[in-house]
Amino acid sequence: MSFKRLWAMLHARNLEFFRDRSALGWNFLFPFLVIAGFGIIFGGKDYSEYKVGVFPSQSEIVSMKEIDLPSGFKETRLIKFIGFISFEDGAERLKHHKIDFLVKAGSPSHEYWVSDTSPKGYIVEKLFKASLFPENKNIAEKMEIKGSEIRYIDWLFPGILAMNMMFSALWGVGYVVVRYRKTGVLKRLNATPLTAFEYLSAQILSRIFILMFTLAAVWIGCSFFFTFRVEGSYFDLFLIFLTGSVCLSAYGLVIAARGTSEEFTSGVVNFITWPMMFLSEVWFSLEGSPRWVKLIANLFPLTHMLSAVRKVMNDGARLADVTTELTVLILMTALSIAVGAALFSWNK
Amino acid sequence: MSYLLEIKNLVKKYKEVVAVDDISFSIRQGICFGLIGPNGAGKTTTIEMVEDIIPPTSGEILYKGKPRSSLFKQEVGIQFQQTNLLSSLTLRETLNTFRSLYNDPADIEEIIDICNLRDIQKRMNDRISGGQKQRLMLALAMINKPELLFLDEPSTGLDPQARRNLWSIVQKIKERGNTIILTTHYMEEAQRLCDEIAIMDNGRIIALGTPDQLIKEHCEGVTVILPRNSIKIPLSSLPFRFREINGRIEIRTNDINSCLNKLLSENADLTEMVVRSPNLENVFLNLTGKQLRE
Repeated sequence: MSFKRLWAMLHARNLEFFRDRSALGWNFLFPFLVIAGFGIIFGGKDYSEYKVGVFPSQSEIVSMKEIDLPSGFKETRLIKFIGFISFEDGAERLKHHKIDFLVKAGSPSHEYWVSDTSPKGYIVEKLFKASLFPENKNIAEKMEIKGSEIRYIDWLFPGILAMNMMFSALWGVGYVVVRYRKTGVLKRLNATPLTAFEYLSAQILSRIFILMFTLAAVWIGCSFFFTFRVEGSYFDLFLIFLTGSVCLSAYGLVIAARGTSEEFTSGVVNFITWPMMFLSEVWFSLEGSPRWVKLIANLFPLTHMLSAVRKVMNDGARLADVTTELTVLILMTALSIAVGAALFSWNK
Repeated sequence: MSYLLEIKNLVKKYKEVVAVDDISFSIRQGICFGLIGPNGAGKTTTIEMVEDIIPPTSGEILYKGKPRSSLFKQEVGIQFQQTNLLSSLTLRETLNTFRSLYNDPADIEEIIDICNLRDIQKRMNDRISGGQKQRLMLALAMINKPELLFLDEPSTGLDPQARRNLWSIVQKIKERGNTIILTTHYMEEAQRLCDEIAIMDNGRIIALGTPDQLIKEHCEGVTVILPRNSIKIPLSSLPFRFREINGRIEIRTNDINSCLNKLLSENADLTEMVVRSPNLENVFLNLTGKQLRE
């Protein structure tokens, strides 16, 4: 093991990353744009979850004062009303799921149309029917959650950062090493005294540095525009992200171990990243999902990293409270490094 | 006699294909040894087994009389036939990166000068011409002051000027006393650079020796070439072996003096005459019955 050789490879890889302006820009811009986009969408007052078509209406913008609909329905938050001149216009949009629900204004029998296959349409139908009856305030008692509310952006922010880390680690290690194998760069390096251990360690260390650098830059950049609440310690968060980035880079190592086909590797990376993105609770919680879905989610390092990060960021947990997640990440790292190193080949 | 490298009964099989079929040769220190033969002869497979890039199926490779150890890669330099480099680095940075991989590297300024890279050292290594890239690859192969240098088809794909430029660099390296193993299918390259040659075909060595020995052993006489209309008498009356190709007469003779005297006595016009000595191409043709580039 020579640190001089390891450093030479690490330095060369970092230079390559920072000199590739387009890839560098995208690595910083992508998470920032996603966070900014979601911040605007969910933080703004105009956000609507359901779209309801109303006819007859002379314009698309419906005047809520003039339109004749049950008042309870009109006042429901998160519904956007869109006007149509005729039933045919509205029905066409409903058929293509461009709106969730269609209602005739001023109809004494409260006529409405809904697609039976639309989940959102089903919810709006329930809301519409409920609005036709007077509200009985004594049926249910509303209770307040004590403590400060966790805003969606506070919940989503670590998810986007972790997701960006995952993409960067798997593509940056897995795909790049396969490309180097295909073009003969690995073969050239194999002709030198450089060992596989030194080369792979340099790749992983370089990627961890890049991941943590990107994380810090995006966090600082986003904090100029949004206010994020961190209930726990920043140092604990740093350690969890660091452990996660080691684990994700080691995952990349397994992908990088063999093969020369960029197309195949691209397919493998997509095959891993897409389920990881959807099942690791980046965008939505898996609460109430089938057991098998949760089992699959537990196979992904992103799930454990995000769980630990959110506990620290949203609930003020300490490192001792997330030892399970950290232990799983460390075990996954050890397993990935062992498999990746055992399978690694310099040659085609 | 002690050899720097000894290859004994080397075999490489890929499923049903025998790429290298039981070859043996030895290389003395300080010489340029050429492995020549057509594409697919097994030259690159042989050299890559010796370089320790691919494992042999069987056989023995001795470096300084012993099996290769981990020191082998510290002491040899390799230029592959086709390879790429780490992207987004300048030539100088690339050389420095590779320099860091060795315990006892060469002086970078010296290598830059030997390989004529001074003017382009700050250029990105993916923004250089084919000839410049080959010179960079040669510089990388030299970066550890190698005792043994492997050059696999170093001038393939280069234009004639770049090729001659590369040859002069290899000549300079030879003069420094480095031992070189070179594969090529350019006979002119082999004849110009190599002290000893092994001719390969279908995975086997079919001839081994110095270029002069091989030519002497496997070719006789010279070829005299004349335009068809320079000879006035009927060709059938010529007392030589000849053939007529594209309006030219090619006469094969072991006695050039008698041949020229006869042509002069028949008032042949020798103004456009060409006398061609046999070369390694003829050696290969005589040994296998086919051209090297077939």
